[in-house]
Amino acid sequence: MATTAVSLRPGLWRRLMRRPAALGSLLILAAVLLSAVFLPFVLGSDPRQTSPETFVPPCGAHLFGTDLNGRDLLARTLEGARISLLVGCTGALVSLVIGTGVGMVAGYAGGRTDALLMRLVDVLYAVPRLILIILASFLLDPWLQQVLSGFQGGRWVGYSKIAILIVALGCMEWLTMARIVRGQVLSLKTLPFVQAARALGQGHVQILLRHLLPNLTGVIVVYLTLTVPAVMLDESFLSFLGLGVQAPQASWGTLLSDGAQALNPVRSHWWLLLFPATLMSLTLLALNFLGDALRDALSE
Amino acid sequence: MLAFLARRLAAMCGVLFCVLTLTFLLLRLSPGGPFTRERKLPAVIEQQLMAKYRLDGPLWQQYVDYLADVARGDLRLSTKYRDRPVRELLAQSLPVSALLGGTAFLLAVSSGIWLGSIAAIRRGTLADTGSMFVALGLISVPTFVTGPVLVLLFALHFGWLPAGGWTSPASLLLPALALAGPATASIARLTRTSLLETLEAPFLRTARAKGVSEGRVLYIHALKIALLPVVSYLGPLAANLLTGSIVVESIFNLPGTGSFFVNAILNRDVFLLGGVVLVYCVLLVGMNLLVDLAYSWLDPRIRLEN
Repeated sequence: MATTAVSLRPGLWRRLMRRPAALGSLLILAAVLLSAVFLPFVLGSDPRQTSPETFVPPCGAHLFGTDLNGRDLLARTLEGARISLLVGCTGALVSLVIGTGVGMVAGYAGGRTDALLMRLVDVLYAVPRLILIILASFLLDPWLQQVLSGFQGGRWVGYSKIAILIVALGCMEWLTMARIVRGQVLSLKTLPFVQAARALGQGHVQILLRHLLPNLTGVIVVYLTLTVPAVMLDESFLSFLGLGVQAPQASWGTLLSDGAQALNPVRSHWWLLLFPATLMSLTLLALNFLGDALRDALSE
Repeated sequence: MLAFLARRLAAMCGVLFCVLTLTFLLLRLSPGGPFTRERKLPAVIEQQLMAKYRLDGPLWQQYVDYLADVARGDLRLSTKYRDRPVRELLAQSLPVSALLGGTAFLLAVSSGIWLGSIAAIRRGTLADTGSMFVALGLISVPTFVTGPVLVLLFALHFGWLPAGGWTSPASLLLPALALAGPATASIARLTRTSLLETLEAPFLRTARAKGVSEGRVLYIHALKIALLPVVSYLGPLAANLLTGSIVVESIFNLPGTGSFFVNAILNRDVFLLGGVVLVYCVLLVGMNLLVDLAYSWLDPRIRLEN
């Protein structure tokens, strides 16, 4: 990891575009994102509409086939993409705020505050965090549902699980970000421009936000790109176990769980596994590739 | 050394205490009790059941009683699997999970280091880009995709290995492979980065100048230093394998601890959940302790402190 101040300089984009892997990843991500957002309107098929045509293999009317309840798998996969991407991106943002905050304060304050915060990070690394997340998300859900049912006539009740997942996963994935940001701040704060800012009479908050944060954008963007797939993986993991997104809502995790259950030696409904799995793996692969390429481009 | 161990053991007890408290309180405070059924039990019977499992009375009383029992080594009875002690359920399922996790651990560490070293030594060649592409792929594909695909290929299509269950040593192979995949990839990537850095260190040039053979330089001198970040990753790796095993056990229908964990939450089986979480935490914290010890053994410059 480079220890000099690295921000998102204009040259970064050019250096990134020179890498075919990064360009390909960006294209794939754009395609997945656009189709998840706009394709449902174009197709017009309802992902929750059941029909008597169960387990239809891919054909002209149902490009991805249908599932156990005769629902169109393409529409379901797109709905899954929306929810998985939503949880992944917002969860990563939550982790970004916590991780950057903790890392910056620890690195800037130093001394006892630093030791305490980093000790907390160490302890959290050592406990089975996903297990705590499962407990929290499962047990806080009824409570949040109760709160939401009294709000705007209960239109948001169905989203309580997703909201809890986003916050809980974000609260779990910030540890690496905090460590990296702290390391950067430790080296940045010794540079002359920070001393100059302090000599000019600027407060700690101002130095943190106006002078240090802009110099951290590079690492933050890199680790944000790498946190999104991590959060998406965790979400699909929980949904696969039946502890995450609940029916009738779909995420890639629940679709894959259905697909894995439909696998049997007599008749394998391969399309139920193939399409969601391919789309999800492709998205995660593209995000990981992009994160790696960004990191390389920054340290060039 | 002894002082270090004592401090770590004290910290370990602290972590266990916090996790157990959180588990107990979250589960007891959540709506629905262990005896809530579709058909409601008569109030008297439910009261007596709660009294039998000592889940009646004020919450703090229940909690203090339970902690006292755990401290004495009594994990109590499961409320779902009636009258079976949690200790017995764990004793039956833990060997399966431990065998699966241990196999996957060894598999991931050995093949990960091997892949990563090859990629670093042949930097820039096809072997390097190829193995790093495979590694990134393995990180991106979740175990619950690789698991069913492995079953489809090796169990249903070729019929070489059992698709699931716990019958012969061969039934361990597919789950261990699925579980080890992402971990192998992470270790390979770590090994590559760290070995590439080490290969430029001056002490290797000195070794070569002294006439040490190239193989010895790479595999004894360089790898020993390059493996330090890998060793520090083994703690988080154990955590990943542990949570991953819950999914893998459900895919391959293995009688391990993972299913107890999920079911205990769904059934509000507070003592079974407490037992499972306790065992998981002890395993993880113990693993982290071992990692710290291994670290100071590999690099004597690192002193055990804090």
